[in-house]
Amino acid sequence: MHANRLVSTSTRACALFALVTLAACGGGPVSEQTPAGVEERTPSGTAGPSTKPVPQGQVAKVDLTAKSGAQSLLTDPRSILSRRTIYYALDAYDVKDQYKDLVEAHARYLRDNPGTKMLIQGNTDERGSREYNVGLGQRRSEGVKRMLLLLGARENQIESVSLGEEKPKAEGHDEQAWSQNRRSDILYQGEY
Amino acid sequence: MTRLFAAFLLCFATAAAAQLSIEITGAGAQRIPIAIAPFAGEGALVAGNPPGQAATISSIVRADLDRSGLFRTLEVPPPNPPLTEVAPVNYAEWKSRLADALVLGSVAARADGRFEVRFKLFDTVKGQDLSGVAYTLSREQLRATAHRIADFVYEKLTGEKGVFDTRIAYVVKRGPKYELQVADADGAGEQAMLVSFEPIISPAWSPDGRKLAYVSFQQKKPIVYVQDIVSGKQSVVANFKGSNSAPAWAPDGSRLAVTLSRDGGSQIYLVNPDGSNVRRISQSSGIDTEPVFSPDGQSLYFTSDRGGSAQIYRMPAGGGEAQRVTFEGSYNVSPRISPNGRVLAYIARNSGKFQVATLDLATRQTTILTDSDKDESPSFAPNGRMILLATVNSGRGVLSAVSADGRIKQRLSTSAGDVREPSWGPFHR
Repeated sequence: MHANRLVSTSTRACALFALVTLAACGGGPVSEQTPAGVEERTPSGTAGPSTKPVPQGQVAKVDLTAKSGAQSLLTDPRSILSRRTIYYALDAYDVKDQYKDLVEAHARYLRDNPGTKMLIQGNTDERGSREYNVGLGQRRSEGVKRMLLLLGARENQIESVSLGEEKPKAEGHDEQAWSQNRRSDILYQGEY
Repeated sequence: MTRLFAAFLLCFATAAAAQLSIEITGAGAQRIPIAIAPFAGEGALVAGNPPGQAATISSIVRADLDRSGLFRTLEVPPPNPPLTEVAPVNYAEWKSRLADALVLGSVAARADGRFEVRFKLFDTVKGQDLSGVAYTLSREQLRATAHRIADFVYEKLTGEKGVFDTRIAYVVKRGPKYELQVADADGAGEQAMLVSFEPIISPAWSPDGRKLAYVSFQQKKPIVYVQDIVSGKQSVVANFKGSNSAPAWAPDGSRLAVTLSRDGGSQIYLVNPDGSNVRRISQSSGIDTEPVFSPDGQSLYFTSDRGGSAQIYRMPAGGGEAQRVTFEGSYNVSPRISPNGRVLAYIARNSGKFQVATLDLATRQTTILTDSDKDESPSFAPNGRMILLATVNSGRGVLSAVSADGRIKQRLSTSAGDVREPSWGPFHR
């Protein structure tokens, strides 16, 4: 049963990525994964501090009443769930392939913890109209939300909002700064 | 259009080089020469004021008219004995001083501690008394009274209403704080309406000038509020799941257009000022935002990327089929409509630069009005003459203004901080 669900999740994830990214999973590593591969995968090494695999079974053991355990799972740098930011290319709103594991892990966490709520804040770089950028940031956060829903999270768990260009992570006025500011940030209840 | 723009640039560059430190640059030579004599007894109104607030009533009138770009005020040494509005006017003498118009006035203290200001405007060319007004005022009303006198002069001599006695709103970022400020149209008398550690954008004046709608991120997401200027009472207009932004008042004040993402994408809705009666009026799979009502209340102009790039569209204010309005370029946003409904001002991206442009809705003529590269948030003065905007100068956000014909430019002097999101308030009712 548990394995079936994972198969289903993996398949749906694959289909989803085929839909929303150019670098679809056809022939790539995703489709060749074993059913359990989602659990055992190493978080893509470049984007986050964690290079260790998420230990098998740890997610399933989460007990919502044990708050400290949930907190450490979400914030422990060794946990993929501590990775909360998705960056975007210029004028792009689709989640890049490299963030697939991250989104899948958060979807799984939401699915396994139906009482947990999440806020996704979409952001843009500073160029152009502030209000139009609110729209563009919304498109980013909404894209992440849709993926999470397709991966089994529930509508009432997630709110996607936009901060437009108002909350830059990097203050500069060049592509290096802008690439840090085109992002979606994931926050869990209690963090916002 | 390109030639027009080049010609404008040339005019501006020449004028700017000549007057680098001056706030206003008028490209035309058609300024009306006017003499505003110091008002007899006006020192009593500012007696004892600190140096920063010692501007006399006649000097404020002079500064207003100069800043408009339509007048050139002449130096008038204080006459001895002082001239008042009831003194006989030697028209020939004022003509010989090259003044086409003359303002004389006086200030008298009243027994109740207040003051009375009287003034008269004269056409020295025709030798005509163009009448005047008397105002009773307290010391605190000095600036407002001076602006009213300037408005009187402006309207008598140009035929259009003046906007000196109006207010503007804008957002200042000072360190970690965001301040929503309201000030006189000349930037004086700045007062904070809202101070927050989270961003504030898109202030919009209610048509009666008593309230501002705006977007505050104080709850970690954009929410639309309305705040009463006098009482400071803040109330929520739209706080739905997702983002709530881009408020715009209907001309009769009965409803606002806002952008909500509660159904997924960013779409335009109407909502009453108390937050009731929310109904969706735009229907697209793209981003629809930045709505603004036409002055007759019949249409909404807005930004949408439904056609693949960000462009300005128009639709009936109750919803319905939208028509594309802008076609040149791949990024035209932030529509604002002139008070007479004939001109659309917006931000156009040209070779990576964001500049204020206008589109004459009848002739389809487009004109780029600025030569800066980070312009945002244009806002028409209520008489349609000037367009206030935010831009960036030496890495700092500043406010500037450009006339709708592109000939006059102003830089508003502001206190330290990053200034953005200007909005010009309505005429006083």
